[in-house]
Amino acid sequence: MFLELFFQYLVAGLTYGTIYAIVGIGFNIIYNTTGIINFAQGEFVMLGGMTAVSLYAFLPLPLAILGAVIITMAVGGLIEMVFIRWLVKPSVLRMIIITIGISILVREAGLVLWGEGVRSLPYFTGNEISALSFGGVRVSPQVLWSLGVCAIVVVLLNLFFKFTMLGREMRACAANRDAATLCGIPTRNMITLSFVLSAGIGALAGCVVSPITQTQYAIGSGLAIKGFTVAILGGLGNSMAAVAAGFILGILESFSIWVMPTAYKDAISISLLLAMLFLRPSGLFGNREAFKLKDF
Amino acid sequence: MLRVHNLSAGYGSLHVLRRLSLHVKPGEIVTIIGANGAGKSTLLRTITGLLRASSGEVLFKGEDIQRIPPEQVVFRGCSLVPEGRQVFAAMPVRENLLLGAYVQHKRGKRDEVAHDLDRVFGLFPVLRQREHQLAGTLSGGEQQMLAIGRALMARPTLIMLDEPSMGLAPLIVKDIFHIIAKIRDEGCTVLLVEQNARSALKIANRGYVLETGRIILEGDAGDLLANREIQRAYLGKDLDGENK
Ligand SMILES: Nc1ncnc2c1ncn2[C@@H]1O[C@H](COP(=O)(O)OP(=O)(O)OP(=O)(O)O)[C@@H](O)[C@H]1O
Ligand SMILES: [Mg+2]
Repeated sequence: MFLELFFQYLVAGLTYGTIYAIVGIGFNIIYNTTGIINFAQGEFVMLGGMTAVSLYAFLPLPLAILGAVIITMAVGGLIEMVFIRWLVKPSVLRMIIITIGISILVREAGLVLWGEGVRSLPYFTGNEISALSFGGVRVSPQVLWSLGVCAIVVVLLNLFFKFTMLGREMRACAANRDAATLCGIPTRNMITLSFVLSAGIGALAGCVVSPITQTQYAIGSGLAIKGFTVAILGGLGNSMAAVAAGFILGILESFSIWVMPTAYKDAISISLLLAMLFLRPSGLFGNREAFKLKDF
Repeated sequence: MLRVHNLSAGYGSLHVLRRLSLHVKPGEIVTIIGANGAGKSTLLRTITGLLRASSGEVLFKGEDIQRIPPEQVVFRGCSLVPEGRQVFAAMPVRENLLLGAYVQHKRGKRDEVAHDLDRVFGLFPVLRQREHQLAGTLSGGEQQMLAIGRALMARPTLIMLDEPSMGLAPLIVKDIFHIIAKIRDEGCTVLLVEQNARSALKIANRGYVLETGRIILEGDAGDLLANREIQRAYLGKDLDGENK
């Protein structure tokens, strides 16, 4: 009984972990190419989920998700072009205020478009009561979808950054913007691309977890804080560590419900965030050596 | 090839370059020497467009490149090897060089990249040995060679080098200057910014002396080497003894 309960919480933790991980990766992609911490990252997750729900009214599920991802990518690119592109060497504080402003803008647009209602996509396979049983532990197939999509995103991103010319150009822009410019790389376009990419990833995550966690216009800011915590926990700029950190946070939160009132759940990430910022701002997995050779 | 006319530039309210003019003819090595803070790096950054001039013009092959973005300047054939090398530390040597070939890719000359890579490895054999090593782990001299190699991968017609000898042992400096002369002999025009005035003037055709944002002296490299004022200020010769 105890063991079963343990695994049940673990699975719940993993589910939330995937979405935190993906939001964390989104933070890192943009941070790496621009040095900007994009607090509107969570809104991409919201936009993805909500758009998919709307499209699902007249499109089959896979197409609705594809459409939502593409639309969110376009919004991400547009946000960069309208708000970020023309800024010349903005200060960190200014960027934080601007991205928080963007996040509020997107959220209010979401409220106008979709109202306050809580929605969700249908389960990709089966429904809310179907479950696979692993030695007495019941796991919704959607959890496997989330884990699978997270894994695929991580693998594809790695391949993209390691082995494609475009990925290499983005890394160059991240590592040293002036040097990349001197190679002839249009760094501004790379920055737009990083917004497009992390918007797409966020939207995909928003779709996959929507059946389990549900989607509402206001989920973005909460996720942004969680994703930021994860990015800091793993070490800012390190996408792979963000995945690990995402799962750590998800599992911690999940088990906290076991021993503490649910209301304290969100306090976990904030405390973790503050503790990390005070004690180890380079992140759990960050070390000086890696920091010097900063990369994705 | 390059003509800078009445160029002024700076950072905010700080004026660094004051109505500076110079020119570089095809096939030359032109050197600009000057002390710390004279504005040498600022000049090169302004020519490439990384920094915007407040007035004046920069003509490259007859075209004013002040109004076009810096990455387009590279496409026009003007490459800068920046001060402090600025290699991509977390990437292997080979990837650094391939990024330098970005311009060639976009020009549709993808098939020439392998040949260019061979040429760079020919100039700097040590880079071939380090091909798969992370650039950040190279020695200072090797990083400088990589930075030059990366710029050459873009097939520039004018290569500008910002203090390539900085922080390097005399023997390596000799090597690098030898290769710079070779690059010129292979048909690439060179604008060389240096504090190491003697080595620079030895390989250069002409030179300019930059002081607090102004050109105070210009002439053939040989004449500058023989110039007493320069010997005193930049070549570290003690002339007082001679005069007595
Ligand atoms: N990013 C910057 N912001 C403000 N001032 C700057 C900046 N970069 C350089 N300066 C100032 O501009 C002046 C010229 O600097 P520059 O780097 O062009 O000199 P330099 O001739 O290249 O010197 P060095 O030989 O030390 O490299 C200096 O007084 C410097 O303090
Ligand atoms: Mg300098």
